[in-house]
Amino acid sequence: MSILTTLQLLPLIGAIVIAVLPVGNAKLIKQTALGFSLLVTIVSIVMAFGFKTSESALQFTETRSWISAFNINYAVGIDGMALALILMTTILVPIVFLAGWNESENGRWSVKVFYILLLILETMMIGVFAATDVFLFYVIFEAMLLPVYFLIGGYGVGERAAAAMKFLLYSLFGGLLMLAAVIGLYIISTNQGGGTFDIAKLSELRIDSATQNWLFLGFFIAFAIKAPLWPFHTWLPTAAKSATAGTSTLLLGVLDKVGTYGMIRFCMSFFPDATKTFTPAIITLAVISILYGAFLAIGQKDINSLIAFTSISHFGFITLGIFALTSQGLTGAIFYMVNHGFSTAALFLTAGWMIKRRGSSQIADFGGLQRVTPILAWSFFLAGMSALALPGLSSFVSEFLVLLGSFAKYPVAAILGTTGIILAALYVLLAVQRSLHGETPATSSGIPDLNLREKIAIAPVIAVLVVLGFYPKPVLNVINPTTQTVMTHAGVSDPVAKVAK
Amino acid sequence: MTTSTNLVYLIALPLFSAAALLLLGRIADKWGHIFATLISATVFVIGAIEFFAMQGRTGESRAATQKIFEWISVGTLHVDASLLLDQLSICFVLLISGVGTLIHIYSIAYMSHDHDRRRFFAYLNLFIAAMLLLVLGDSYLNLYVGWEGVGLASYLLIGFWNQKPAYATAAKKAFVANRVGDVGLSLAIMIAFTQFGTVTFAGVKESASGASAGALTAIGAMLLLAAAGKSAQFPLQSWLGDAMAGPTPVSALIHAATMVTAGVYLITRSNFIFDASPMAQLMVVCVGAITLLFGALIGTAKDDIKKALAASTMSQIGYMILATGLGPIGYAFAIMHLLTHGFFKAGMFLGAGSVMHGMNDEVNMRRYGAIGKVMPITAATFGLGYLAILGVPPFAGFYSKDKIIETAFNAGGIKGILLGGATLLGAAITAFYMTRVIVLTFTGTKRWDENAHPHESPFLMWAPMAVLAVGSVASGFLLSSGSALVNWLQPVVNEHHEHHTEEFLPPMVVSVMALVVVAIGVAFAILKYRTVPVVAPQEVSVFTKAARKDLYQDSFNEAVFMRPGQKLTAGLVTTDYKVIDGLVRMVGWVIQTSSTALRAIQNGYVRSYALIMVLGVLALVTAVWLVTL
Amino acid sequence: MDIANYIYLSALLFTIGAIGVVVRRNAIVVFMCVELMLNAANLAFVTFSRVHGNLSGQVASFFTMVVAACEVVVGLAIIVTIYRSRRSASVDDASLLKR
Repeated sequence: MSILTTLQLLPLIGAIVIAVLPVGNAKLIKQTALGFSLLVTIVSIVMAFGFKTSESALQFTETRSWISAFNINYAVGIDGMALALILMTTILVPIVFLAGWNESENGRWSVKVFYILLLILETMMIGVFAATDVFLFYVIFEAMLLPVYFLIGGYGVGERAAAAMKFLLYSLFGGLLMLAAVIGLYIISTNQGGGTFDIAKLSELRIDSATQNWLFLGFFIAFAIKAPLWPFHTWLPTAAKSATAGTSTLLLGVLDKVGTYGMIRFCMSFFPDATKTFTPAIITLAVISILYGAFLAIGQKDINSLIAFTSISHFGFITLGIFALTSQGLTGAIFYMVNHGFSTAALFLTAGWMIKRRGSSQIADFGGLQRVTPILAWSFFLAGMSALALPGLSSFVSEFLVLLGSFAKYPVAAILGTTGIILAALYVLLAVQRSLHGETPATSSGIPDLNLREKIAIAPVIAVLVVLGFYPKPVLNVINPTTQTVMTHAGVSDPVAKVAK
Repeated sequence: MTTSTNLVYLIALPLFSAAALLLLGRIADKWGHIFATLISATVFVIGAIEFFAMQGRTGESRAATQKIFEWISVGTLHVDASLLLDQLSICFVLLISGVGTLIHIYSIAYMSHDHDRRRFFAYLNLFIAAMLLLVLGDSYLNLYVGWEGVGLASYLLIGFWNQKPAYATAAKKAFVANRVGDVGLSLAIMIAFTQFGTVTFAGVKESASGASAGALTAIGAMLLLAAAGKSAQFPLQSWLGDAMAGPTPVSALIHAATMVTAGVYLITRSNFIFDASPMAQLMVVCVGAITLLFGALIGTAKDDIKKALAASTMSQIGYMILATGLGPIGYAFAIMHLLTHGFFKAGMFLGAGSVMHGMNDEVNMRRYGAIGKVMPITAATFGLGYLAILGVPPFAGFYSKDKIIETAFNAGGIKGILLGGATLLGAAITAFYMTRVIVLTFTGTKRWDENAHPHESPFLMWAPMAVLAVGSVASGFLLSSGSALVNWLQPVVNEHHEHHTEEFLPPMVVSVMALVVVAIGVAFAILKYRTVPVVAPQEVSVFTKAARKDLYQDSFNEAVFMRPGQKLTAGLVTTDYKVIDGLVRMVGWVIQTSSTALRAIQNGYVRSYALIMVLGVLALVTAVWLVTL
Repeated sequence: MDIANYIYLSALLFTIGAIGVVVRRNAIVVFMCVELMLNAANLAFVTFSRVHGNLSGQVASFFTMVVAACEVVVGLAIIVTIYRSRRSASVDDASLLKR
């Protein structure tokens, strides 16, 4: 049994264990959940040490027959990109547990259900990045929606039911298009000798360009909704506004990455011709996302929707980097996915603490927090700095790589994207000024600073941001082979510098 | 190239100190300021050791490098975290750590009553680390990290008292204006990478001559934009005046002596780009000339002593930028003026801080007057700085500013006359507004607030001022005797062609002209400010009104960028809700409405269900019949 | 033997039954009409059985009768229950599903 399967089973076992625990003992349930998630983190780190960066092939592979009539397999295996994303997931989950220790208490259902849902979600999040069978990927891609639906609808705030429904229907719509494309791929593979869902074999298919275009769109729209790319983004702010901080973190930090991950893993490797056809349009959408998300973020009054719109801007950067198809752009984009996970986690978690303490998510209701809660204020400030890609923090490395990589091929897009950094400064500093600076209003004067549990939760996130900012090499080394594989498959090479030495 | 192992400590020590002071929190309150000052002094000592080590080496081996680790390596892009200490950067290292240490010492006393003194010193150390990284990085990308790092430190320090909304806004404004410049630097790096495949200074220098004129001009223009943002040059200068919200030592260190001169460093460092692109050079001199007059004019109308000095800083940096656009010889003079300016402007800012310290943080010069009698040391050190900025021989400014004026005249043709005229006019206005500051503050009659009891500042404050005053007196002479600095910098900024063969004006004539216009400016100011009303008169000329409003740059920015930007944002927010989300919600609405309509069929009567069934069967049979027909 | 006549009769009975189901309100009558339709179908089955000379049609009609018998048991029980609770055997009164 591959270590990847173990990794997926562990949270599931945790969920089963929690299911038999007494409902009343909330503390025991939380501790068990945290324990299992930490175990997953440890196993994933052990796995990372066993990963060979020198190999470009998939590692830790395992294949078991699932539905033999259609040649559907339980097939898993990871490359550098998947490893980076799985590690991000397994590190974020215990942090989310710890940070939102009490956010399960006011739900529609019990604490027990909350943690069962989260652990099942973790299994799926690992599985979705590990799957090497398109059908398996599709099943997890859709099934993941359910725990999130219940987490938002059952434990969120405000109009949580409506937000959850919007999220579910929007995502299901995209998933349906993808299902059609998956079936289309299967039929084509049947016609070309043996139906299969294996990613590697599907990448070798010869598909005429008209069909490629349709199938590409089927996949791409699903991923664009997931990512989310303008104009498929409106479910995200609604969901972020209603979800708990922890759910938002996992939703934006991990689940949305499936979209950009899928663009690289499926769109580009299955449909190289269609990718070329649609690249200009997608680059345009990406640039619109960058600027649109930034402008909208400036105009938000609710802190959670502000963070959601910054993410839309950042997903624009990631998409720009992916479709620029240069080694800097692609590596930068993949690295950006990891950094955005941590950066968003820092933002959502600190904002969540602020909201919980103040009892409001309106930015205007805060103010002067730096004098009252210095550690919380610093955490939020650093999270903001990461969102505006300050050099020294990891998001800078990725954002700069994306822009540098896209400049050579799409200078106009890169220039427009670069102006996004001014807007980023604006939306972060406006929020920082309104919430942390100025006189402390009487309503906020007595609120407590971070307690030990919260400090322990936020410290690793900030540490990752800083360490990877100064020393991104380990992650870049893991990602680079993936980039090379994708570029070789697409048949492109980096633009050569005009003035050779 | 020599390899050194000490360079990393120049950055690591203050960075570590900043992190430690911030993380330890209140525990470090007692000794944090001493620790930070010692670290800064240690950095200066390391810098000095390196400097003397450099003196001992000759030629190519003078410059030292240190590779710390491999930072980013993706595809053809390889950027190491590695440092380069050459003849240019050592000047900055000594200036930053030297003036920095003096200002640390000054701040111990100046900030002694502040609850958050430890945090202040942590920020100062953070600034030192970032600024040293800026000048020591061996590639544009390393420089960029320092470049934004000093921006962050500047933001934190301007907003040090951010409980006041206006100060928090000033900090934000500075950061955003700097970010506009940062876009320029980012784009310059991107163009450089696509052109040359590398972002190191050495690599770009090697292949710069092979690039097309368009590419070089583009890189130059973008670098100039970056410099304009950081160095408060036209049209991005408006943040500097507001930045005076920070504590005065910050204004002295960051917004006078070091950070704001980073633009000059950037252009000097990129001399190989500008030398190859006359177009870019032309842009540089234009920006320099405009800003030096712009700043000088603003300086004439400011009643806030710090804002007057800030306007002066803007103007003086204008001189430096102008000099960097004048080709190889200009770089050395720009750096020389930068160094002397570092001394006298920092000294004057500290003097202003000293006055404020004694006057209950009053900044309005109309409430000063006759302070020279109660604060003799402050007045004396300030006065020496004043003589230096005026360019009176043998003070520092005489050696650096007159050289820039002279070089400007020698630029040749109509350009030379225009630039020379601008610098000369700037000198006259400088003399006017600096005399105004002196007259309003130190001489004349008392116009103090009843509660003000000015007294001389403590030793820890006047000692740094005295040291800087010595610098204001002697630095010019020392740097220019035997063309010391010019020769020292020559390997970095290339051999200069002998301009002197076709001199437009002999140096003597320039000096005399400069002295004459300065004398006119001084005399005019003394005559004009014999009596000073406490409340600023409202019936003044258009020029004064414009100068008080910073020549309407803020109003312009507000009307052209901010307001439309706010409108755009508000419009987009509405559009997002009404149009894009509206479409999504419309899908839901359509389904809901059509379901409601269809629900009417479900009336509950068995017979109608039966009828529909019969009709359905009939329809089916008809359909089958039609198909098989 | 002319099968057309049998088929006409079967169709006529079926139509009478169908119209009765749609237009009558009394549950008992509706029920009888349903039986009429079933028996119309049975007639057709038996006719074709005779024409084709095999027993399949007759077997089918037996099935129909069995089903009809079951239906009568369940259906009458429901009607009687409804009549008991609502004092009416009109199907229009039993429109509770609408709400």
